[in-house]
Amino acid sequence: MSCFDSLIRFNKEINVLSSATVVGEREIEGPLSEYFDITMSDDRFGEETFEKSETQMVKMAIECALKKSRIQYSDLNLVIGGDLQNQCVAHSFAMADKKIQYFGVYGACSTMAQGLLASGILLDSGHFNTILCSSSSHFSTSERQFRFPLEYGLQRTPTSQMTVTGAASFILSTSYTSGVFVRGCVIGRIVDKGIKDANNMGAAMSGAALDTLQRYFAQSELGEKDFDLILTGDLGEEGANIVREKAHLYGLELGENYMDCGELIYDRQKQNVCSGGSGCGCSAVVLGGYIMDRLQKREIKKVLFVGTGALLSSGSVLQKLSIPAIAHAVEIERK
Amino acid sequence: MNKESFSYYSVHHSKSSPILKDCLFAFIFGGGICTFGELLFNLYQMFISSESDARTLVSITLIAITCFLTGIGVFDKIAKIAGAGTFVPITGFANAVVSPAIDYTAEGYILGLGAKMFIIAGPVIVYGTVASVIYGIIYWLITL
Repeated sequence: MSCFDSLIRFNKEINVLSSATVVGEREIEGPLSEYFDITMSDDRFGEETFEKSETQMVKMAIECALKKSRIQYSDLNLVIGGDLQNQCVAHSFAMADKKIQYFGVYGACSTMAQGLLASGILLDSGHFNTILCSSSSHFSTSERQFRFPLEYGLQRTPTSQMTVTGAASFILSTSYTSGVFVRGCVIGRIVDKGIKDANNMGAAMSGAALDTLQRYFAQSELGEKDFDLILTGDLGEEGANIVREKAHLYGLELGENYMDCGELIYDRQKQNVCSGGSGCGCSAVVLGGYIMDRLQKREIKKVLFVGTGALLSSGSVLQKLSIPAIAHAVEIERK
Repeated sequence: MNKESFSYYSVHHSKSSPILKDCLFAFIFGGGICTFGELLFNLYQMFISSESDARTLVSITLIAITCFLTGIGVFDKIAKIAGAGTFVPITGFANAVVSPAIDYTAEGYILGLGAKMFIIAGPVIVYGTVASVIYGIIYWLITL
């Protein structure tokens, strides 16, 4: 592993064998519906509680990713996963009967990026050959946990984001080959810009996204224009516009190749989703479905994925504390 | 950008709610609910001689309708448009009690439904009672 300051470039080839996505009702109505593997018109997924449905989604995404890679559970050395539920229980229950080494990670909306970079570093270390990386969120479980009861009648503020009902799994390996690989990563730093509005997480996360992008481009030989896609996830319209407007202050030149998962997943004109999507599942399903598809179809070659997370809790918001945010960058390339 | 300037910038950058539209819908829906209440009152007065009984029955009817609409998942969709129009009348209070009751049944009838039922309406009851006590004291002092 060669390190120059914080940009980590892997010595081994970290192949992305497959990605699988599972989404719910609102996501199917969005513009990316054709890119998802499993779609459910009922957000309960046949379970009695929403928490169990999220676990079910995680299991389905894992099974689907294994099937697409044509490997078995026993071929996996490790699973790294996380979600928004307290103590990441959706994944704990999904992994309960699997007898596989497991790491639970929490990075809010940045969970998938965190999982991918951790998988890359662990695979590069040589101690592991094949790692499955998973992430999920469910609109109803997070509404119950972070906001209000589901049937409570309220109006959302325009800057708020909708938690995506979705789960995605990626299988990364050094022993099997594929056309797409993870080249490097930058681990994020906590950035707290003093924003206290829990309905404006996009703004809080935009500071972290800019910080990580600046750190990446300061050290990489690649410039902004060398990437077909610079993808943040998920700032929503509000946060993404802040990134676009303030990029020059960080020495960045972001053009048409800059996009945000929170903006991509829903049709903001038709779907009444305010600023866009959020949650661990949002960037995970956009990357695992739409972006991976475009990479495999050879439409794009180089992607810089910057997963952003607002690391607040329902208690910290009530205590009027600001929102600490983080952003992790992962370089994904087609051979 | 430092904390202060970023925070200031983000507040001024953020889209604000469409106040005029929200007020208009709140007026239409809120006014509609109150007009419907008056209609009910007139209807009940045809059968009930006591005015206070008829008014109580109006509140009960509005609460019952709200509970039903919340139960079948329609109320939140109306409230999304109506805003304060459904929030301010007694309908808002009924919805605030029924919605957590539905949600937290999964956590059991005692620590789930029973404990969480007043999670939103609780503060309204607490501060409503406190306000009525203060009002009572002021009223008593004035009429001494």
